[in-house]
Amino acid sequence: MSFELFLQYLTNGISLGSLYALIAIGYTMVYGILRLINFAHGEIFMMSLYFAFYGVTMFSMPWYVSFVMAIIFTAALGMLVERAAYRPLRDSPRITVMVSAIGASFFMQNLGIVIFGGRPKAFPNISLLTDVIKIGTVTLQRLTLIIPVVTIVLLFGLLHLVNKTKTGMAMRAVSKDHETARLMGVDVNRTITITFGIGSILAAIGGIMWGSRFPQIQPVMGLMPGLKCFIAAVIGGIGNITGAVIGGFILGIGEIMIIAFLPDLTGYRDAFAFVLLIVILLFKPTGIMGEKISEKV
Amino acid sequence: MLKIDNLKVAYGGIQALKGISLEVEEGKIVALIGANGAGKSTTLRSIVGLVKPEGGTITYHGEDLSKVDTKDIVKKGITLVPEGRRVFGNLTVVENLKIGAFYRNDKKAIKEDLEWVYSLFPRLQERTWQQAGTLSGGEQQMLAVGRALMSRPKLLMMDEPSLGLAPLITKEIFKIIEEIYKQGVTILLIEQNANLSLKIADKAYVMETGKITLQGSGKELLTNDEVKKAYLGESVHG
Repeated sequence: MSFELFLQYLTNGISLGSLYALIAIGYTMVYGILRLINFAHGEIFMMSLYFAFYGVTMFSMPWYVSFVMAIIFTAALGMLVERAAYRPLRDSPRITVMVSAIGASFFMQNLGIVIFGGRPKAFPNISLLTDVIKIGTVTLQRLTLIIPVVTIVLLFGLLHLVNKTKTGMAMRAVSKDHETARLMGVDVNRTITITFGIGSILAAIGGIMWGSRFPQIQPVMGLMPGLKCFIAAVIGGIGNITGAVIGGFILGIGEIMIIAFLPDLTGYRDAFAFVLLIVILLFKPTGIMGEKISEKV
Repeated sequence: MLKIDNLKVAYGGIQALKGISLEVEEGKIVALIGANGAGKSTTLRSIVGLVKPEGGTITYHGEDLSKVDTKDIVKKGITLVPEGRRVFGNLTVVENLKIGAFYRNDKKAIKEDLEWVYSLFPRLQERTWQQAGTLSGGEQQMLAVGRALMSRPKLLMMDEPSLGLAPLITKEIFKIIEEIYKQGVTILLIEQNANLSLKIADKAYVMETGKITLQGSGKELLTNDEVKKAYLGESVHG
Protein backbone atom coordinates (compact mmCIF):
# COMPACT_ATOMS: atom_id res chain seq x y z
CA MET A 1 0.00 0.00 0.00
CA SER A 2 1.30 3.41 -0.91
CA PHE A 3 1.91 5.96 1.78
CA GLU A 4 -0.68 8.26 0.25
CA LEU A 5 -3.30 5.58 0.40
CA PHE A 6 -2.38 4.85 3.98
CA LEU A 7 -2.79 8.53 4.87
CA GLN A 8 -6.14 8.48 3.13
CA TYR A 9 -7.29 5.57 5.27
CA LEU A 10 -5.82 7.09 8.41
CA THR A 11 -7.67 10.39 7.98
CA ASN A 12 -10.86 8.47 7.35
CA GLY A 13 -10.23 6.42 10.46
CA ILE A 14 -9.55 9.49 12.58
CA SER A 15 -12.67 11.12 11.26
CA LEU A 16 -14.86 8.09 11.96
CA GLY A 17 -13.20 7.73 15.36
CA SER A 18 -14.03 11.35 16.18
CA LEU A 19 -17.70 10.69 15.46
CA TYR A 20 -17.64 7.61 17.69
CA ALA A 21 -15.91 9.69 20.34
CA LEU A 22 -18.63 12.35 20.37
CA ILE A 23 -21.36 9.79 20.87
CA ALA A 24 -19.33 7.75 23.36
CA ILE A 25 -18.99 10.77 25.64
CA GLY A 26 -22.77 10.73 26.14
CA TYR A 27 -22.67 7.12 27.33
CA THR A 28 -19.78 7.69 29.63
CA MET A 29 -21.20 10.86 31.24
CA VAL A 30 -24.56 9.31 31.96
CA TYR A 31 -22.89 6.19 33.30
CA GLY A 32 -20.66 8.34 35.47
CA ILE A 33 -23.53 10.16 37.11
CA LEU A 34 -26.27 7.49 37.24
CA ARG A 35 -24.37 4.21 36.82
CA LEU A 36 -26.79 3.64 33.95
CA ILE A 37 -26.08 2.51 30.42
CA ASN A 38 -28.35 4.82 28.47
CA PHE A 39 -29.44 2.48 25.71
CA ALA A 40 -31.61 5.22 24.27
CA HIS A 41 -28.53 7.27 23.40
CA GLY A 42 -28.24 5.75 19.92
CA GLU A 43 -31.83 6.77 19.22
CA ILE A 44 -31.17 10.29 20.47
CA PHE A 45 -28.37 10.38 17.91
CA MET A 46 -30.75 9.10 15.22
CA MET A 47 -33.38 11.69 16.12
CA SER A 48 -30.86 14.52 15.76
CA LEU A 49 -30.38 13.55 12.11
CA TYR A 50 -34.10 13.66 11.46
CA PHE A 51 -34.44 17.01 13.23
CA ALA A 52 -31.72 18.42 10.98
CA PHE A 53 -33.21 16.71 7.93
CA TYR A 54 -36.70 18.11 8.43
CA GLY A 55 -35.36 21.53 9.33
CA VAL A 56 -33.79 21.78 5.90
CA THR A 57 -36.27 19.83 3.74
CA MET A 58 -39.65 20.53 5.31
CA PHE A 59 -39.16 23.94 6.88
CA SER A 60 -36.60 25.00 4.30
CA MET A 61 -34.44 26.70 6.88
CA PRO A 62 -30.84 27.48 5.96
CA TRP A 63 -28.71 24.50 6.94
CA TYR A 64 -26.88 26.30 9.75
CA VAL A 65 -30.16 27.40 11.37
CA SER A 66 -31.57 23.94 10.94
CA PHE A 67 -28.48 22.35 12.49
CA VAL A 68 -28.60 24.64 15.52
CA MET A 69 -32.30 23.91 15.94
CA ALA A 70 -31.60 20.20 15.65
CA ILE A 71 -28.99 20.43 18.40
CA ILE A 72 -31.43 22.28 20.66
CA PHE A 73 -34.25 19.82 19.99
CA THR A 74 -31.97 16.86 20.56
CA ALA A 75 -30.83 18.28 23.90
CA ALA A 76 -34.48 18.75 24.87
CA LEU A 77 -35.28 15.20 23.80
CA GLY A 78 -32.41 13.78 25.82
CA MET A 79 -33.58 15.64 28.91
CA LEU A 80 -37.15 14.55 28.27
CA VAL A 81 -36.12 10.88 28.12
CA GLU A 82 -34.35 11.29 31.45
CA ARG A 83 -37.39 12.98 32.96
CA ALA A 84 -39.88 10.42 31.66
CA ALA A 85 -37.99 7.13 31.70
CA TYR A 86 -35.29 7.43 34.36
CA ARG A 87 -36.18 10.00 37.00
CA PRO A 88 -39.33 8.22 38.20
CA LEU A 89 -37.12 5.17 38.80
CA ARG A 90 -34.39 7.00 40.68
CA ASP A 91 -34.73 4.86 43.78
CA SER A 92 -35.36 1.61 41.93
CA PRO A 93 -32.77 -1.11 41.42
CA ARG A 94 -30.35 -0.44 38.60
CA ILE A 95 -31.69 -3.28 36.49
CA THR A 96 -35.15 -1.66 36.44
CA VAL A 97 -33.74 1.56 35.05
CA MET A 98 -31.78 -0.38 32.46
CA VAL A 99 -34.92 -2.13 31.26
CA SER A 100 -36.57 1.28 31.06
CA ALA A 101 -33.63 2.49 28.95
CA ILE A 102 -34.04 -0.41 26.54
CA GLY A 103 -37.74 0.40 26.39
CA ALA A 104 -37.05 4.05 25.62
CA SER A 105 -34.67 2.94 22.88
CA PHE A 106 -37.22 0.64 21.19
CA PHE A 107 -39.94 3.21 21.64
CA MET A 108 -38.05 5.93 19.80
CA GLN A 109 -36.90 3.57 17.10
CA ASN A 110 -40.45 2.48 16.37
CA LEU A 111 -41.82 5.96 16.78
CA GLY A 112 -39.30 6.96 14.13
CA ILE A 113 -40.57 4.26 11.79
CA VAL A 114 -44.16 5.40 12.30
CA ILE A 115 -43.51 9.13 11.95
CA PHE A 116 -40.59 9.29 9.51
CA GLY A 117 -41.26 6.07 7.62
CA GLY A 118 -38.88 3.14 7.40
CA ARG A 119 -37.51 4.02 3.99
CA PRO A 120 -34.06 5.65 4.07
CA LYS A 121 -33.91 9.35 3.36
CA ALA A 122 -31.10 11.39 1.86
CA PHE A 123 -29.50 13.76 4.33
CA PRO A 124 -29.10 17.26 2.86
CA ASN A 125 -25.78 17.79 1.18
CA ILE A 126 -23.98 20.87 2.48
CA SER A 127 -21.27 21.58 -0.06
CA LEU A 128 -19.32 23.71 2.40
CA LEU A 129 -18.81 20.53 4.42
CA THR A 130 -18.71 17.85 1.79
CA ASP A 131 -16.59 19.44 -0.94
CA VAL A 132 -13.60 17.37 -1.90
CA ILE A 133 -10.26 19.00 -1.34
CA LYS A 134 -6.77 17.86 -2.16
CA ILE A 135 -3.89 18.08 0.28
CA GLY A 136 -0.76 16.94 -1.48
CA THR A 137 -1.78 13.69 -3.04
CA VAL A 138 -4.50 12.93 -0.52
CA THR A 139 -8.03 13.75 -1.60
CA LEU A 140 -10.66 14.03 1.04
CA GLN A 141 -13.88 15.73 1.97
CA ARG A 142 -13.48 18.93 3.90
CA LEU A 143 -15.59 17.27 6.60
CA THR A 144 -12.90 14.66 7.20
CA LEU A 145 -10.73 17.42 8.59
CA ILE A 146 -13.50 19.38 10.28
CA ILE A 147 -14.80 16.45 12.32
CA PRO A 148 -11.66 15.74 14.37
CA VAL A 149 -11.10 19.45 15.00
CA VAL A 150 -14.67 19.90 16.23
CA THR A 151 -14.35 16.81 18.42
CA ILE A 152 -11.11 17.93 20.03
CA VAL A 153 -12.43 21.45 20.64
CA LEU A 154 -15.59 20.04 22.22
CA LEU A 155 -13.54 17.64 24.32
CA PHE A 156 -11.43 20.43 25.76
CA GLY A 157 -14.50 22.57 26.32
CA LEU A 158 -16.18 19.71 28.13
CA LEU A 159 -13.14 18.91 30.25
CA HIS A 160 -13.00 22.55 31.26
CA LEU A 161 -16.68 22.50 32.18
CA VAL A 162 -16.37 19.31 34.23
CA ASN A 163 -13.10 20.14 35.99
CA LYS A 164 -13.16 23.90 36.40
CA THR A 165 -16.73 25.11 36.80
CA LYS A 166 -19.20 24.93 39.65
CA THR A 167 -21.62 22.92 37.54
CA GLY A 168 -18.85 20.47 36.71
CA MET A 169 -17.95 20.15 40.37
CA ALA A 170 -21.58 19.37 41.14
CA MET A 171 -21.56 16.74 38.39
CA ARG A 172 -18.49 15.05 39.81
CA ALA A 173 -19.91 15.20 43.33
CA VAL A 174 -23.24 13.71 42.23
CA SER A 175 -21.41 10.97 40.34
CA LYS A 176 -19.76 9.99 43.63
CA ASP A 177 -22.61 10.30 46.09
CA HIS A 178 -26.12 11.60 45.36
CA GLU A 179 -27.19 11.86 48.97
CA THR A 180 -24.20 13.80 50.23
CA ALA A 181 -24.40 16.09 47.20
CA ARG A 182 -27.96 16.94 48.26
CA LEU A 183 -26.71 17.65 51.76
CA MET A 184 -24.36 20.22 50.23
CA GLY A 185 -27.30 22.01 48.64
CA VAL A 186 -26.66 20.59 45.17
CA ASP A 187 -29.78 20.15 43.06
CA VAL A 188 -29.15 16.55 42.02
CA ASN A 189 -32.00 16.32 39.53
CA ARG A 190 -30.95 19.49 37.82
CA THR A 191 -27.36 18.29 37.61
CA ILE A 192 -28.49 15.02 36.03
CA THR A 193 -30.67 16.91 33.56
CA ILE A 194 -27.69 19.05 32.54
CA THR A 195 -25.63 15.91 32.05
CA PHE A 196 -28.22 14.43 29.72
CA GLY A 197 -28.46 17.74 27.89
CA ILE A 198 -24.71 17.89 27.30
CA GLY A 199 -24.50 14.26 26.20
CA SER A 200 -27.37 14.82 23.77
CA ILE A 201 -25.83 17.99 22.35
CA LEU A 202 -22.64 16.09 21.59
CA ALA A 203 -24.66 13.25 20.04
CA ALA A 204 -26.47 15.80 17.87
CA ILE A 205 -23.26 17.43 16.69
CA GLY A 206 -21.87 13.98 15.96
CA GLY A 207 -25.14 13.03 14.27
CA ILE A 208 -25.17 16.01 11.94
CA MET A 209 -21.59 15.38 10.88
CA TRP A 210 -22.39 11.69 10.53
CA GLY A 211 -25.29 12.51 8.24
CA SER A 212 -23.12 14.77 6.11
CA ARG A 213 -20.53 12.05 5.79
CA PHE A 214 -22.84 9.06 5.32
CA PRO A 215 -25.87 10.81 3.89
CA GLN A 216 -28.48 8.13 4.29
CA ILE A 217 -30.73 8.21 7.32
CA GLN A 218 -33.26 5.73 8.66
CA PRO A 219 -34.95 5.14 12.02
CA VAL A 220 -32.88 2.06 12.89
CA MET A 221 -29.58 3.73 12.15
CA GLY A 222 -28.95 4.55 15.81
CA LEU A 223 -28.52 0.94 16.80
CA MET A 224 -25.08 0.06 15.43
CA PRO A 225 -23.32 3.38 16.14
CA GLY A 226 -25.00 3.30 19.56
CA LEU A 227 -23.61 -0.13 20.38
CA LYS A 228 -20.19 0.69 19.01
CA CYS A 229 -19.94 3.92 20.92
CA PHE A 230 -21.00 2.16 24.08
CA ILE A 231 -18.15 -0.25 23.40
CA ALA A 232 -15.83 2.71 22.81
CA ALA A 233 -16.82 4.06 26.23
CA VAL A 234 -16.10 0.67 27.83
CA ILE A 235 -12.74 0.37 26.09
CA GLY A 236 -11.73 3.82 27.30
CA GLY A 237 -12.97 3.10 30.81
CA ILE A 238 -16.62 3.91 31.29
CA GLY A 239 -17.20 7.03 33.36
CA ASN A 240 -14.06 8.68 32.01
CA ILE A 241 -14.58 11.35 29.33
CA THR A 242 -11.06 11.33 27.88
CA GLY A 243 -11.21 7.55 27.91
CA ALA A 244 -14.38 7.59 25.82
CA VAL A 245 -12.66 9.76 23.22
CA ILE A 246 -9.63 7.49 23.12
CA GLY A 247 -11.93 4.47 22.83
CA GLY A 248 -13.75 6.16 19.97
CA PHE A 249 -10.50 6.77 18.11
CA ILE A 250 -9.28 3.22 18.66
CA LEU A 251 -12.53 1.84 17.32
CA GLY A 252 -12.76 4.17 14.32
CA ILE A 253 -9.15 3.84 13.23
CA GLY A 254 -9.14 0.08 13.90
CA GLU A 255 -12.24 -0.44 11.82
CA ILE A 256 -10.89 1.47 8.83
CA MET A 257 -7.48 -0.20 9.08
CA ILE A 258 -9.09 -3.62 8.88
CA ILE A 259 -10.68 -2.56 5.62
CA ALA A 260 -7.36 -1.14 4.47
CA PHE A 261 -5.06 -4.01 5.29
CA LEU A 262 -7.43 -6.97 5.29
CA PRO A 263 -9.90 -6.16 2.54
CA ASP A 264 -11.21 -9.73 2.68
CA LEU A 265 -12.55 -9.02 6.16
CA THR A 266 -14.44 -5.88 5.16
CA GLY A 267 -17.72 -7.66 5.77
CA TYR A 268 -16.68 -8.17 9.37
CA ARG A 269 -15.94 -4.52 10.10
CA ASP A 270 -18.76 -4.30 12.62
CA ALA A 271 -17.54 -7.44 14.34
CA PHE A 272 -14.23 -5.73 15.09
CA ALA A 273 -15.82 -3.61 17.80
CA PHE A 274 -17.33 -6.60 19.52
CA VAL A 275 -14.15 -8.66 19.37
CA LEU A 276 -12.31 -5.73 20.89
CA LEU A 277 -14.97 -5.50 23.61
CA ILE A 278 -14.49 -9.15 24.51
CA VAL A 279 -10.73 -8.76 24.61
CA ILE A 280 -10.95 -5.68 26.82
CA LEU A 281 -13.44 -7.31 29.17
CA LEU A 282 -11.15 -10.32 29.48
CA PHE A 283 -7.89 -8.50 30.07
CA LYS A 284 -8.70 -5.03 31.39
CA PRO A 285 -12.35 -4.86 32.35
CA THR A 286 -12.02 -1.35 33.78
CA GLY A 287 -10.88 -0.04 30.39
CA ILE A 288 -7.86 2.02 29.48
CA MET A 289 -8.49 4.95 31.80
CA GLY A 290 -11.09 3.38 34.02
CA GLU A 291 -11.38 4.04 37.70
CA LYS A 292 -10.89 1.20 40.08
CA ILE A 293 -14.18 -0.48 40.71
CA SER A 294 -15.08 -0.22 44.35
CA GLU A 295 -18.48 -1.38 45.43
CA LYS A 296 -20.40 1.19 47.39
CA VAL A 297 -21.19 0.14 50.91
CA MET B 1 -34.35 26.91 67.46
CA LEU B 2 -35.21 23.35 66.43
CA LYS B 3 -38.15 21.48 67.83
CA ILE B 4 -39.08 17.89 67.14
CA ASP B 5 -42.47 16.72 68.27
CA ASN B 6 -43.65 13.11 68.32
CA LEU B 7 -41.55 12.18 65.26
CA LYS B 8 -42.27 8.77 63.81
CA VAL B 9 -40.27 7.09 61.06
CA ALA B 10 -40.63 3.62 59.59
CA TYR B 11 -38.45 1.76 57.12
CA GLY B 12 -40.44 -0.87 55.30
CA GLY B 13 -42.62 -1.75 58.25
CA ILE B 14 -39.89 -1.47 60.87
CA GLN B 15 -40.54 1.37 63.27
CA ALA B 16 -37.22 3.20 63.58
CA LEU B 17 -38.59 6.16 65.53
CA LYS B 18 -41.62 5.61 67.72
CA GLY B 19 -42.56 9.19 68.44
CA ILE B 20 -39.65 11.16 69.80
CA SER B 21 -39.66 14.76 70.97
CA LEU B 22 -36.66 16.91 71.57
CA GLU B 23 -35.56 20.50 71.46
CA VAL B 24 -32.35 22.20 70.48
CA GLU B 25 -31.89 25.66 71.92
CA GLU B 26 -29.86 28.24 70.09
CA GLY B 27 -26.24 28.47 71.15
CA LYS B 28 -26.16 25.12 72.91
CA ILE B 29 -24.50 21.77 72.36
CA VAL B 30 -27.03 18.98 72.43
CA ALA B 31 -25.95 15.35 72.42
CA LEU B 32 -27.86 12.24 71.43
CA ILE B 33 -26.48 9.05 72.85
CA GLY B 34 -27.62 5.48 72.60
CA ALA B 35 -26.73 2.09 71.21
CA ASN B 36 -26.56 1.15 67.56
CA GLY B 37 -29.99 1.03 65.98
CA ALA B 38 -31.57 3.29 68.59
CA GLY B 39 -32.61 5.75 65.88
CA LYS B 40 -30.07 8.53 66.37
CA SER B 41 -28.97 8.72 62.74
CA THR B 42 -32.56 8.44 61.59
CA THR B 43 -33.40 11.46 63.72
CA LEU B 44 -30.72 13.58 62.08
CA ARG B 45 -31.56 12.28 58.63
CA SER B 46 -35.20 13.22 59.16
CA ILE B 47 -34.23 16.76 60.12
CA VAL B 48 -32.38 17.31 56.83
CA GLY B 49 -35.12 15.61 54.83
CA LEU B 50 -33.20 12.53 53.72
CA VAL B 51 -35.84 10.43 55.45
CA LYS B 52 -39.54 11.18 55.16
CA PRO B 53 -41.27 10.86 58.51
CA GLU B 54 -44.67 9.20 58.72
CA GLY B 55 -45.81 11.35 61.59
CA GLY B 56 -44.90 14.18 63.91
CA THR B 57 -43.39 17.57 63.18
CA ILE B 58 -39.97 19.13 62.83
CA THR B 59 -39.96 22.90 63.16
CA TYR B 60 -37.01 25.20 62.76
CA HIS B 61 -37.44 28.77 63.92
CA GLY B 62 -41.17 28.12 63.80
CA GLU B 63 -41.11 26.83 60.22
CA ASP B 64 -42.25 23.33 59.34
CA LEU B 65 -39.41 21.47 57.62
CA SER B 66 -41.37 18.46 56.43
CA LYS B 67 -42.12 19.93 53.01
CA VAL B 68 -38.67 21.42 52.46
CA ASP B 69 -36.24 19.60 50.19
CA THR B 70 -32.82 18.60 51.52
CA LYS B 71 -30.96 20.97 49.20
CA ASP B 72 -33.00 23.90 50.54
CA ILE B 73 -32.61 22.96 54.19
CA VAL B 74 -28.89 23.66 54.02
CA LYS B 75 -29.74 27.17 52.82
CA LYS B 76 -31.71 27.70 56.01
CA GLY B 77 -28.59 27.06 58.03
CA ILE B 78 -28.83 23.39 58.98
CA THR B 79 -25.93 21.17 57.98
CA LEU B 80 -25.27 17.51 58.63
CA VAL B 81 -21.84 15.96 58.82
CA PRO B 82 -22.90 12.49 57.79
CA GLU B 83 -21.86 9.26 59.43
CA GLY B 84 -18.76 7.80 57.83
CA ARG B 85 -17.63 11.27 56.66
CA ARG B 86 -18.74 10.77 53.05
CA VAL B 87 -16.20 13.16 51.57
CA PHE B 88 -16.11 13.27 47.79
CA GLY B 89 -13.04 11.13 47.19
CA ASN B 90 -12.83 12.13 43.54
CA LEU B 91 -12.66 15.84 44.36
CA THR B 92 -9.68 17.68 45.75
CA VAL B 93 -9.65 18.91 49.34
CA VAL B 94 -10.34 22.49 48.30
CA GLU B 95 -13.15 21.38 45.99
CA ASN B 96 -14.72 19.45 48.84
CA LEU B 97 -14.65 22.62 50.91
CA LYS B 98 -16.01 24.73 48.08
CA ILE B 99 -18.88 22.37 47.45
CA GLY B 100 -19.83 22.87 51.09
CA ALA B 101 -20.53 26.48 50.09
CA PHE B 102 -22.37 25.39 46.95
CA TYR B 103 -25.52 27.46 47.45
CA ARG B 104 -23.61 30.62 48.31
CA ASN B 105 -22.59 33.21 45.75
CA ASP B 106 -20.66 35.60 47.97
CA LYS B 107 -17.21 34.81 46.62
CA LYS B 108 -15.34 37.06 48.98
CA ALA B 109 -16.98 35.67 52.10
CA ILE B 110 -16.44 32.12 50.83
CA LYS B 111 -12.75 32.87 50.54
CA GLU B 112 -12.67 34.19 54.09
CA ASP B 113 -14.45 31.11 55.35
CA LEU B 114 -11.98 28.93 53.50
CA GLU B 115 -9.19 30.69 55.36
CA TRP B 116 -11.07 30.19 58.61
CA VAL B 117 -11.50 26.46 57.99
CA TYR B 118 -7.82 26.18 57.10
CA SER B 119 -6.94 27.92 60.34
CA LEU B 120 -9.06 25.41 62.26
CA PHE B 121 -7.55 22.49 60.34
CA PRO B 122 -4.02 23.39 59.18
CA ARG B 123 -3.65 19.79 57.99
CA LEU B 124 -6.23 20.43 55.30
CA GLN B 125 -4.32 23.38 53.96
CA GLU B 126 -1.24 21.22 53.50
CA ARG B 127 -3.36 18.87 51.43
CA THR B 128 -5.32 21.46 49.44
CA TRP B 129 -4.73 19.92 46.02
CA GLN B 130 -4.84 16.32 47.06
CA GLN B 131 -7.80 14.14 46.16
CA ALA B 132 -9.90 13.67 49.26
CA GLY B 133 -9.90 9.90 48.76
CA THR B 134 -6.19 9.81 49.55
CA LEU B 135 -6.59 11.37 53.01
CA SER B 136 -6.41 9.41 56.23
CA GLY B 137 -9.59 8.76 58.19
CA GLY B 138 -8.91 11.57 60.64
CA GLU B 139 -8.15 14.03 57.87
CA GLN B 140 -11.32 12.99 56.07
CA GLN B 141 -13.30 13.69 59.23
CA MET B 142 -11.70 17.11 59.50
CA LEU B 143 -12.58 17.69 55.86
CA ALA B 144 -16.18 16.61 56.45
CA VAL B 145 -16.49 19.05 59.35
CA GLY B 146 -14.73 21.80 57.40
CA ARG B 147 -16.98 21.20 54.41
CA ALA B 148 -20.04 21.53 56.61
CA LEU B 149 -18.73 24.79 58.09
CA MET B 150 -18.37 26.23 54.59
CA SER B 151 -22.15 26.48 54.38
CA ARG B 152 -22.08 28.87 57.37
CA PRO B 153 -24.41 26.70 59.43
CA LYS B 154 -26.41 28.03 62.32
CA LEU B 155 -27.13 24.48 63.40
CA LEU B 156 -24.35 21.97 62.82
CA MET B 157 -25.32 18.33 63.23
CA MET B 158 -22.67 15.65 63.49
CA ASP B 159 -23.21 11.94 63.19
CA GLU B 160 -20.49 9.97 64.97
CA PRO B 161 -17.55 12.26 64.27
CA SER B 162 -15.18 10.00 66.19
CA LEU B 163 -16.14 6.76 64.44
CA GLY B 164 -13.07 4.73 63.63
CA LEU B 165 -10.62 7.40 64.72
CA ALA B 166 -7.64 7.07 67.01
CA PRO B 167 -8.26 8.53 70.50
CA LEU B 168 -5.80 11.36 69.93
CA ILE B 169 -7.55 12.46 66.74
CA THR B 170 -10.93 12.13 68.42
CA LYS B 171 -9.70 14.53 71.08
CA GLU B 172 -8.55 16.94 68.40
CA ILE B 173 -11.94 16.80 66.66
CA PHE B 174 -13.73 17.47 69.94
CA LYS B 175 -11.50 20.44 70.60
CA ILE B 176 -12.55 21.84 67.24
CA ILE B 177 -16.22 21.15 68.01
CA GLU B 178 -15.92 23.27 71.16
CA GLU B 179 -14.12 25.94 69.15
CA ILE B 180 -16.94 26.02 66.61
CA TYR B 181 -19.47 26.18 69.41
CA LYS B 182 -17.68 29.17 70.91
CA GLN B 183 -18.11 30.94 67.58
CA GLY B 184 -21.84 30.80 68.14
CA VAL B 185 -22.82 27.72 66.13
CA THR B 186 -25.44 25.51 67.71
CA ILE B 187 -24.46 21.86 67.71
CA LEU B 188 -26.47 18.64 67.68
CA LEU B 189 -24.17 15.73 68.16
CA ILE B 190 -24.48 11.97 67.96
CA GLU B 191 -21.65 10.16 69.59
CA GLN B 192 -20.78 6.63 70.58
CA ASN B 193 -18.24 8.04 72.97
CA ALA B 194 -20.82 9.04 75.58
CA ASN B 195 -18.22 10.16 78.04
CA LEU B 196 -16.72 12.74 75.70
CA SER B 197 -19.99 14.05 74.37
CA LEU B 198 -21.74 14.34 77.75
CA LYS B 199 -18.81 16.36 79.04
CA ILE B 200 -19.30 19.07 76.46
CA ALA B 201 -23.09 18.86 76.08
CA ASP B 202 -25.41 21.43 77.61
CA LYS B 203 -28.26 19.03 77.13
CA ALA B 204 -28.38 15.36 76.26
CA TYR B 205 -30.95 12.78 75.28
CA VAL B 206 -30.59 9.03 75.64
CA MET B 207 -32.25 6.99 72.93
CA GLU B 208 -33.22 3.34 73.01
CA THR B 209 -34.98 1.44 70.24
CA GLY B 210 -36.67 4.44 68.71
CA LYS B 211 -37.62 6.20 71.91
CA ILE B 212 -36.08 8.79 74.17
CA THR B 213 -35.67 7.20 77.55
CA LEU B 214 -33.75 9.83 79.45
CA GLN B 215 -32.89 13.47 79.17
CA GLY B 216 -31.06 16.06 81.17
CA SER B 217 -28.00 18.22 81.21
CA GLY B 218 -24.74 16.60 80.22
CA LYS B 219 -23.52 16.67 83.82
CA GLU B 220 -26.68 15.07 85.17
CA LEU B 221 -26.48 12.21 82.74
CA LEU B 222 -22.77 11.70 83.41
CA THR B 223 -23.65 10.89 86.98
CA ASN B 224 -26.82 8.99 86.22
CA ASP B 225 -26.50 5.35 87.26
CA GLU B 226 -28.29 3.91 84.28
CA VAL B 227 -26.20 5.90 81.85
CA LYS B 228 -23.05 4.93 83.68
CA LYS B 229 -23.92 1.28 83.46
CA ALA B 230 -25.07 1.23 79.86
CA TYR B 231 -22.89 3.79 78.12
CA LEU B 232 -19.95 4.78 80.23
CA GLY B 233 -18.79 1.26 80.90
CA GLU B 234 -18.54 1.77 84.64
CA SER B 235 -19.87 -0.82 86.99
CA VAL B 236 -22.17 0.62 89.59
CA HIS B 237 -21.99 -0.96 92.98
CA GLY B 238 -24.44 -0.86 95.81
